[in-house]
Amino acid sequence: MKLRDHTSDEKATRAPGFDTWRSVYLFVFGSFILWVVLLVVLSTIFS
Amino acid sequence: MSLLDFVVLIGSMLAIAAYGMWRTRRPQDLNEYLKGDPKMGWATIGISVMATQASAITFISTPGQGYQDGLGFVQNYFGMPLALILIAAVFLPMYRKLNVYTAYEFLGRRFDTKTRLLGAFLFLLQRGIAAGITIYAPAIILSTMLGWRLDLTIILSGTLVILYTVMGGSEAVTLTQKYQLAVIFGGMVTAFIVLLAKLPPHLSLVDALVVAGGLNKMRAVDFSPDLHQRYTFWSGLFGGFFLALSYFGTDQSQVQRYLSGDSLRESRFGLMFNAVLKIPMQFFILLLGVLVFVFYQFERPPVFFNHAAWTYGLAHDSQEKLRSLELQYAEAHQQKEALIRQWLAAKHRGDAKAEAKERTAAQETLRRSESIRSEVKTTLVADGSRTTTNDSDYVFITFVLDHLPHGVIGLLIAAFFAAALSSKAAELNALGATTTVDLYQHLVKRDASDAHYVIASKWFTLFWGLVALAFALFANLVENLIQAINIVGSVFYGVVLALFLVAFFVRRVGGTAIFWAALAAQTIVFVLYFILNISYLWYNFIGCAACVLFGLLIQAALGPTRPPAEPLVAS
Repeated sequence: MKLRDHTSDEKATRAPGFDTWRSVYLFVFGSFILWVVLLVVLSTIFS
Repeated sequence: MSLLDFVVLIGSMLAIAAYGMWRTRRPQDLNEYLKGDPKMGWATIGISVMATQASAITFISTPGQGYQDGLGFVQNYFGMPLALILIAAVFLPMYRKLNVYTAYEFLGRRFDTKTRLLGAFLFLLQRGIAAGITIYAPAIILSTMLGWRLDLTIILSGTLVILYTVMGGSEAVTLTQKYQLAVIFGGMVTAFIVLLAKLPPHLSLVDALVVAGGLNKMRAVDFSPDLHQRYTFWSGLFGGFFLALSYFGTDQSQVQRYLSGDSLRESRFGLMFNAVLKIPMQFFILLLGVLVFVFYQFERPPVFFNHAAWTYGLAHDSQEKLRSLELQYAEAHQQKEALIRQWLAAKHRGDAKAEAKERTAAQETLRRSESIRSEVKTTLVADGSRTTTNDSDYVFITFVLDHLPHGVIGLLIAAFFAAALSSKAAELNALGATTTVDLYQHLVKRDASDAHYVIASKWFTLFWGLVALAFALFANLVENLIQAINIVGSVFYGVVLALFLVAFFVRRVGGTAIFWAALAAQTIVFVLYFILNISYLWYNFIGCAACVLFGLLIQAALGPTRPPAEPLVAS
């Protein structure tokens, strides 16, 4: 079995709104920060 | 359980397993058998990665953690999104470029045979133990609560998973995981909805959260720098990062899941799917446990959730003492319920002073209830009862059996078994693959046909399945079960991770230096585990740091080594 060409995979995400993998990782990192902030807010409100 | 529950449970489990076997009944080559369907998309990969990590323990024991300790356990997963980003950016491209079957093959190419074998050996050792726990943990809880025989529960569920994993290989594992995860989420969401409907009519969701918060169950994030505290933001971020990096980056049961599929893109998105969803998923499961806790503030819970241990105690010497403690517990519960109602009434009429007073009194009564429960446990242990698992593991299943309608009970029990089978299948698949590729193919029979290796892989999968069954049948575990799995992982993962980090990032360290460094670091982790009392998550960091440091020192003592070829290290 042959795998696809890695270089094209490395660069293009082929996902709408995300041109590069760096933007995908930033989105994931942002969602992590958002979750932590929400959990801190939840802890503060109800503790 | 009613007939309807049994139909839902047995029907769904057998149907999914049979479908998996039927869809993969054609002859497969080694690549298909070990890596699965080459056309797999990112969603399927993401689901497979999620189902592999989320075992039955996740869904039985985590709500119990929420009930006992609140939301704090969610911090354990804070390092995971960052670890998955690093794996997607650095580890994955390397694995795919080299087109390896196992992560340890990469170690062989970067270092040497002995380091590859050490990596494979550490994986087989820790995953072999964990595979036993994966099957034992749900079996002990379900058999205790449902009155089934423990050995039969282990053997029947174990045999089913061995059957379809051996026959269909990686493709059957991924295929069945998809439907098993659907059953799991269907069950958990249904339980959540029914639980909300069962809260007292005057109690809004906000009120429920206020009660949980007032009784110290809503502290999701704790920035305390105390190393002895098991779950803090820092231990979750750093320890959790190393744990997740090791588990997802170097544990073959996960590597095998995301190396299947069409391309690097699909594998990366499969991992990012988990990076985004894991924290909310764990939060949701813990919140379920917290709401079960609130539910039991208005509905008297059993003084001890492990019904079998309680019954055993009553039939022995301490019956009188246990009955007296049960009475005290009932009185404390009644008092606590009244105080909580007064506290909420004060809150609703805006009387802050009365609210604070009633809340403090409720907290005090909760402490008294907890101390009665501790005394019950001490009495049962002294009486020789089999209270080897944490009582909080029995909380959620007790709630399910006592308070959910028939049909839904069957769905929830099916969800627990689905989770057990899905993670177990991936483990067996990985254990079989590593034994075939890293040991058998490399050391015993180098140039056999593809068909020969497929058959060998099936035999090794069967062998590991039987080892896990034997371990589960003779296991006798302490600690909360989800912690037991994480502790086993944390003791080994740090060193295994260091092997990979040095392989990827430290060009000047060679095979001999890292091999001896790994042995020394693993010894130190074992010793520290038995003499220190710190959060187990830190052992991931300690093992990793020690191995990297020793590797550098030993290499400096040995003198420079020939640097590896370009594709084998991160640029």
